[in-house]
Amino acid sequence: MTAKPSRKRLFGPGAYLFAGCLGLLAGVGTFTFGYGKGASYLSNDPKTCVNCHVMQGHMDSWQQSSHHHVAVCNDCHLPHHPIGKWVTKADNGFFHSLAFTTGGFKDPIRIKPRNRRVTQGTCVHCHESVVHSMLPDAAGRDMQSCVHCHADVGHAGR
Amino acid sequence: MSSNTQRSFGWLALLTAIVAAVTFGVVALLVNIFERKQEARNPFVKVAEVTEVSTDPKPWGLNFPQQYEDYLKTVNDDYTDFGGNHALPPSKLEKHPWLKRLFAGYAFSIDYREARGHAHMLSDQEVTKRVTEVQQAGACLHCHASIIPTYRRIGLESMGKEATEEAMTEGYQWDAVLAGFQAVSQKNYEEVHAELTKTPDGVTKAEDGDPHMGGAHPVSCIDCHDPETMSIRVTRPGFILGIDKLAKSDAPVPHLPSIQEWRDKGSKGNYDPNTMATRQEMRSFVCGQCHVEYYCANKMTLTFPWSNGLKMEQLEAEWDSTEFPDGGKFYDYVHKETGTKVYKAQHPEFELWSQGIHARSGVSCSDCHMPYEKKGATKVSSHWVRSPMLNINKACQTCHNIPEQEIVDRVAVIQDRTEQLIDRAAAAMTEMLDAIIAAQEAGVSDDDLAPVRDLQRKAMWRLDYIASENSKGFHARQEAARILAESVDYSRQAIAMCYKLMGPSAPADVAKTIDEADRLASLAESN
Repeated sequence: MTAKPSRKRLFGPGAYLFAGCLGLLAGVGTFTFGYGKGASYLSNDPKTCVNCHVMQGHMDSWQQSSHHHVAVCNDCHLPHHPIGKWVTKADNGFFHSLAFTTGGFKDPIRIKPRNRRVTQGTCVHCHESVVHSMLPDAAGRDMQSCVHCHADVGHAGR
Repeated sequence: MSSNTQRSFGWLALLTAIVAAVTFGVVALLVNIFERKQEARNPFVKVAEVTEVSTDPKPWGLNFPQQYEDYLKTVNDDYTDFGGNHALPPSKLEKHPWLKRLFAGYAFSIDYREARGHAHMLSDQEVTKRVTEVQQAGACLHCHASIIPTYRRIGLESMGKEATEEAMTEGYQWDAVLAGFQAVSQKNYEEVHAELTKTPDGVTKAEDGDPHMGGAHPVSCIDCHDPETMSIRVTRPGFILGIDKLAKSDAPVPHLPSIQEWRDKGSKGNYDPNTMATRQEMRSFVCGQCHVEYYCANKMTLTFPWSNGLKMEQLEAEWDSTEFPDGGKFYDYVHKETGTKVYKAQHPEFELWSQGIHARSGVSCSDCHMPYEKKGATKVSSHWVRSPMLNINKACQTCHNIPEQEIVDRVAVIQDRTEQLIDRAAAAMTEMLDAIIAAQEAGVSDDDLAPVRDLQRKAMWRLDYIASENSKGFHARQEAARILAESVDYSRQAIAMCYKLMGPSAPADVAKTIDEADRLASLAESN
């Protein structure tokens, strides 16, 4: 039982195979990220939102809207808090891509309660000096949604 | 040592599996993004040639599979409260027995059923007892069949030209279509149906000597689309002549801006919807080719009565002033129980829509009945033409940003109220028929009954107008209620006049009521 002395290999053949696969994944992943304009999702550019073709109508009508010169998608649809903004971005990004990839979402699309609260918050954030006397006296109290009446200020395509 | 190796191998296998799964997912996502990007480019691949004779929708379906698939679904509509799909649709006559009395003496009293989807329209017409048991006019095929190439062929022949397949595919050819339309209008149903199969349909290739050049098809792609450009167009001569009459009238048409524009420019020549109407108007006009009031029996050419405007009494006024070519006042049928000549309202959806808030707001028929939908990244107009109540999300919620149930409830309120008013108008109408019959039996002269007959015609026309319209008042709810209220009023006026004419032979309590009403009226006058 004399083992033939051999150079000790750091990794077995399986590991090389695995490394190869991992490299393949990294390559395909990088390509997909680029092809799917992944980096644009970290930006503030409204064109990012029409990467997902469902939003084309919203984009078109935003360009006709009264907010066109002062606000992009993110200004109304993401909280203005530095952390909340990225949490919401991640949340929306994941569920939007899931919905658009697998299909079966409501069309015309409907805003979720969470995102409606976000929008309400951003309306108030910019217009607070005008509307402060109409706000509830304590946070979280019931109030009418701004877009209930001002439905077309952002975009008429709902 | 060996257990260590085994464990490492296990970990490695697990990691490999995870990487494989993630790779699988990433590639699937990549392919999905690729497909969506391709769809968004909206490619159209022309794989089959379609021409002005392609009444068979199959080759169109090769080029536009999504639209064709939707169109085929019209055989399969679900049932709503007021219409839907059945192997043999339920009889309206059994559900509403008053209809038999309304239509006494007219084919609709024999067989009158709920409507079904577009793909059934020709086969349902071929088997209804109205057609099998009564001689009908070929003009009915204006809407139930894809008939324009047949009009063109007959028109070309009547103009002394050779109607080869090549000649028939040289564009729409209005002159030939109009000539064919006029020639066919007064032929009977079977003759015109036979003509359909003598026209090539773009698919069937008949053998030499076989007179059947094509099949008869219900309304299909070519009836609303230009085979060259695929743009929507109107093809039906009845509509083209009718909308020109409307444009030349001075009736306000706030919902049809291109007509107003044409008038503002001095109303030169004819109003041609195919070159002048906006795309949004065309999205209603294609439906208005058939979903309207018209005359289609064989005493005169098929007519849309729009020369005064689109309101119910404006259509009525045109019929009132119409005379048949052989002289004599216009009527649709002689009411069998009373002998009165009356009008039959067809299904005036386009006209009633014109009076409603949706038309005034620029909403077309297609917006609700063929709403846009997304298939992946492509946006298409649904060709599954059906009740918006079966597709509320796409049909209503594009504009009405409220919960679906609120929409359902709102529509139910409008339709139930209309239905209740229809029932009241129907009750008044049947009592009116009884009163007229009683007056005739009591020996009231025809001269004396003449004003009663006018009231009867007005009452029946109004009731029929809303009862036969396919929205149960939804297309213009106040207008529907107004028309039914007028119907009730005319019926009751006719009843009162009958009893007055009958004098003592009128039912005692009624006579007393009328005497009392007269006494009060004279009191009011003397005061």
